[in-house]
Amino acid sequence: MTAQPSFEPIQPALEVKDLHLAYNVRGIPRAVLRGVDFSVAPGEAYGLVGESGCGKSTTAYAAVRYLPSNGVITGGQINVGGEDVTKMSTSDIRTLRTKHASMVYQDPSGALNPTLKIGRQVVECFTVLGHDKEKARQLARKALDEVRIADPDRVMDRYPHQLSGGMQQRVVIAMALASDPELLILDEPTTGLDATVEAEVLDLIRALRNDHRSAVLLIAHNLGVIRTMCDRVGVMYAGKIVEEGNAVQVFEDPQHPYTVGLLRSLPRHGVRKTERALFSIPGTLPQIGTPLPTCVFVDRCVIADDLCRTEEPPVVDVRDGHFTRCHHVDRLDEIPEPPADDSDRTLDGRIVIKLHQVSKTFKQQRHEVPALVGIDMRLENGETLGLVGESGSGKSTLAKAILGIHAPDEGSTISLDDEALAGLSSARSAAEMGAMQIVFQNPDSALNKMWTVRRILKRTVTKLTGLSGKAADEKVETLAAALRLTPRHLDMRPRQLSGGLKQRVAIARAFAGDPRVVVCDEPTSALDVSVQAAILNLLADLQTQEKTSYLFISHDLGVVRYLADRIAVMYLGRFMEVGTTDQIFNGPHHPYTEALLSAVPSVDGSTAVRIRLHGEIPSPANPPSGCVFHTRCHRFIEGVCDVTEPPIVYVEDNHRMSCHIPLDELRRLQAMDEGTAAQAET
Amino acid sequence: MGRFIARRLGLAVITLILIITAVFFILNVLPGDPARRIAGPFAQQEQVDIIAARIGSNDPLATQYWRVLKNTATFDFGTSFTFNKPVREILFPDLWRSAKLVILALILTIPISIAAGIYAARRKDTFADRAVVTMGLASASIPEFVSAAVLQYLIGVELGWLPALALAPSGSSFLVELEHLLLPGIALAVVYFGYIARITRNGAIKAFASDYTRTAYMKGLAPRQVVRRHVLRNALQETVTVIGVAVGYLFGGLVALEIVFNYPGLGRRIFVAAGDKDYPILTAGVILIALVYMVFTLLADLTVSWMNPRSRQGAGT
Amino acid sequence: MTIETPPESGAAQPEVIDMRSEKKQARRERLRLLLRRPSFIIGSVILLFWVVCAVFGSAITPYHPLSDFDVSSQRPNAAHWFGTDVLGRDVLSRVMAGARDVLVLAPLAAVLAIITGTVLGLVTGYFRGAVDEIIGRFIEAILSLPAVLLALLVVVAVGNSRPVVIGTIAVLFTPVVTRTIRTAVITESRLDYVESARLRGEGATFIMFREILPNITGVIIVELTVRIAYAVFTVATLSFLGAGIQPPAPDWGLAIADNYGLIQAGQWWPTLFPALAIASLVIAANLIADSIESVVSS
Repeated sequence: MTAQPSFEPIQPALEVKDLHLAYNVRGIPRAVLRGVDFSVAPGEAYGLVGESGCGKSTTAYAAVRYLPSNGVITGGQINVGGEDVTKMSTSDIRTLRTKHASMVYQDPSGALNPTLKIGRQVVECFTVLGHDKEKARQLARKALDEVRIADPDRVMDRYPHQLSGGMQQRVVIAMALASDPELLILDEPTTGLDATVEAEVLDLIRALRNDHRSAVLLIAHNLGVIRTMCDRVGVMYAGKIVEEGNAVQVFEDPQHPYTVGLLRSLPRHGVRKTERALFSIPGTLPQIGTPLPTCVFVDRCVIADDLCRTEEPPVVDVRDGHFTRCHHVDRLDEIPEPPADDSDRTLDGRIVIKLHQVSKTFKQQRHEVPALVGIDMRLENGETLGLVGESGSGKSTLAKAILGIHAPDEGSTISLDDEALAGLSSARSAAEMGAMQIVFQNPDSALNKMWTVRRILKRTVTKLTGLSGKAADEKVETLAAALRLTPRHLDMRPRQLSGGLKQRVAIARAFAGDPRVVVCDEPTSALDVSVQAAILNLLADLQTQEKTSYLFISHDLGVVRYLADRIAVMYLGRFMEVGTTDQIFNGPHHPYTEALLSAVPSVDGSTAVRIRLHGEIPSPANPPSGCVFHTRCHRFIEGVCDVTEPPIVYVEDNHRMSCHIPLDELRRLQAMDEGTAAQAET
Repeated sequence: MGRFIARRLGLAVITLILIITAVFFILNVLPGDPARRIAGPFAQQEQVDIIAARIGSNDPLATQYWRVLKNTATFDFGTSFTFNKPVREILFPDLWRSAKLVILALILTIPISIAAGIYAARRKDTFADRAVVTMGLASASIPEFVSAAVLQYLIGVELGWLPALALAPSGSSFLVELEHLLLPGIALAVVYFGYIARITRNGAIKAFASDYTRTAYMKGLAPRQVVRRHVLRNALQETVTVIGVAVGYLFGGLVALEIVFNYPGLGRRIFVAAGDKDYPILTAGVILIALVYMVFTLLADLTVSWMNPRSRQGAGT
Repeated sequence: MTIETPPESGAAQPEVIDMRSEKKQARRERLRLLLRRPSFIIGSVILLFWVVCAVFGSAITPYHPLSDFDVSSQRPNAAHWFGTDVLGRDVLSRVMAGARDVLVLAPLAAVLAIITGTVLGLVTGYFRGAVDEIIGRFIEAILSLPAVLLALLVVVAVGNSRPVVIGTIAVLFTPVVTRTIRTAVITESRLDYVESARLRGEGATFIMFREILPNITGVIIVELTVRIAYAVFTVATLSFLGAGIQPPAPDWGLAIADNYGLIQAGQWWPTLFPALAIASLVIAANLIADSIESVVSS
């Protein structure tokens, strides 16, 4: 499937022409879309990328005219199947939604009515098409079958909350495809799902798209998802498409400063912190309604000059179907690469934190739920240990046990510099508390909205270091400076700060007590990629300066690979594999690691074997017998894996895994699979 | 489900015991001799003693307390001081009369309030919406005896459309009875319109803004179908809870209204008993009202959990 | 204060000013939003009227509300706009003077209920567990009974005086306030900043009152205005039932109780005007509460 040239006589499935849209905020219209132009040919998959707030979703919702009451289309056309959506009557819009265009959104749990059984909700998609009840029921069953739901009848009798996120999303997809629509709009369809589930859902969409020949408009902030799914991609910034072209070409040879920045801020091609810092686009997205008469990106562009500020950039054709809106396509190489990293990161090998047989059992309605089982772990001075695994694997529980938020079970020992720590933080000394701090995922939740940044930092400094008065003030200012916060920021409240700045305040707070260990619990997953890059750079810098150790939890393997020195792979509260980052990525892999790695959609194009984990992560209340992973393992050996617990096998020093399969066998199998995959690629 | 109900009933028993204890405490333990209170400040001590003997107020507190608990458990609330009749025979007919008034008020108010709430939510921030909100606010703000007095004057006296007093002569037909109850019923309906319409509006606004409503619209359903099949069930959960609580309060909470319309319901009875210091009626009346409240809030909770299966998990706290 | 700081601390000066003005700006913005709401304006004007009546009392009434007697039961006329009651007292004067008691009792009771309810809500919402369960039972018990009825009971037992009325209403309103605050506190407690405070060793009291409390002030203010409205409602009802303010005070509830029986005889004015007065005051309080709520929640 390649791009449809624009002179193709076939009518596009979706054609957006010079679309202008504004939101009325207190009576004043504020421009969100500033002349969006693109089209999606029948059967084609088109991706829209860009930072949050750039207008991707607004464009998608405009296409089906589902806009908030203050959203007004101020100009342009949206043609679906040749008809202008902006001029349709309400009943035409209904027909459009019933028959021609469908949508799948982020957060499937919200998209399904919590009070109705799945069956009724799916059946409804067919009755609205005019089928009678009985026929509709049959079709609904078939539709669920088509999205690979094993037991449609049972699922139809369930309520949404009784299904997992992945299952819910399949139901939503089944509903969207009920009418065999010409246009399928997917708005962040896999955001919030685990990588393993995401991979399955994406496979499903890919397969169904081929069967239904629907055109797809895919919106995702994850560039890897776009690359693996789309034929063409449009890069959107401040309500305008600044670059468009074949997905592979755009990602491999970007021609707009914004695209270049976006791609460079990702840790691509296995780059590590030891090699170089990540690029981060300076500044922030302009607020909606800001007048941007010339180039929309001019305020954040490193190569912008007077011409960019006075004249609207032309549309420059780079190659067939690949264009960019930039005055200076020839000067893109002037965008500076971040310098190579030359800082000294050698570790002294001192062990800061040691966990010995740490378990944590929760009690739920008289049932015992083992969330952590016999974890052995050590963390060296200045080292980053990445913690990966699906949600529910116990990553956060482990972090909370270390921090003393949850007391671990009897018999567990957690020691800091060889001193055993009390289970709960309240029983630990101020110095011990200061030695271990956390950066939470969501800075909005992590900072007290009513406190100024200064108060947040000063209170933490006082409590954790015992400094007061001027000394504490000085410490606060040093901290702020280290995190590149200006004195002005110190007197603001969190709501006056952007997401990236808030996260910097949260990091500053974690560093207030001169910590030995900082737990980073998905610290960048709520942020846009360019902001993420800045935060990751800061974390890496702070680590070299302060020799702090990180326990870095993330679902983004690219980010973990960039930042972590070692990685631990968790499943059902156990370590499946632990090793240095290179060992984990180069193999031999534990089958679970193998599956995780192959699930990740990569911006660099996928070469890995496609291993799909089926089914859900089992409930920790009822862990499977033998190897806990055996129920989902693609290399499962019957009679062994489901009977005995696997031994701990050392591949090398520092690289251990729990698996029954002999190492040589694993190496051989994985090399074989890679071979076939490489063949399939060519 | 069974477990949910069992837990709720268990909690209800605890609450009931607490209420009995509180009522007992207020009436018998707070300073002042109940017998003296009944007899009045100028009565002879002998008289007071006679009363004390009759009502058992000289018994140890524990004995008295146990008596109240036992009375509640057996539904035999003792004998009224003033009427010398079993309390049960007095209160149950009152309760029934209050119930008639409540039922009528609910029939009048629920459909209109829900319709108004949904209507306002669909036209959020328009003039119609603001009108409903303001009307609701005003109607919920006016004490029911105030609106009762005004209605009584306007419709009952000035216009003469409806009887100004609520109690129909005994032996009247159903319709005549209904006619008499209409005025207080309307007064009540006015008060509850405010609560129900507002809470429905809030629920409906949330439901209209939800992702599942978007899904429904995107399926191409007509607005009416979206409302009926997807919005209502979600929007009305809070409304059901509020109605449950409201009904609970209506029994016996209508003291002032029943007085204005001179209607012998439970509320007026308790008011009179308070004046007469008729402790058995007071105690039993309060307990009865609490029981009714519990029954209706439980019914409301069960309805909500039927409407929304998700709320069944972790329900009861 | 910042203007007087000596020049050597000049480096820090602009930021301090900046911070204060930002804070002030936020407050001004909120006030501006409030003033743009007609319901807030209307509510405030009505409330202001009654406050003026309450403060000045007989100094501004056309007649003395207690001691000027004219011909009894006059219909509204030029001399007595609202007519006279059975004792020949001017109804307008009595309605105006009647604002005083209710405007003292109701806010006091509401404030008391808010204070205790906030403390209880913080404790139950932050600690949860056994404390929450036990206090929750008591709350449930009080909520199972109509407030007016319970008040009636207390007044029967303890007798009638202003402190008793205030105290009773405060006790009866505390459970509702506790519930509202508790819900807000639970929501706040789930946020990470609370965990973060624990991880730097803050005690429960500090977390409840310094970390969480500032974040729920919006809820508290809304709850306070709503409770004031309900307290007006309850005081009026209690007075009507003879369990609140006592004669010969020109209270509205009392006036209705004294005169509603005369409606049948065609004497509607001594009942209607106090009734409208109650309604206007409760509506005003609710209008204000409502507009504050929408400004706070936006």
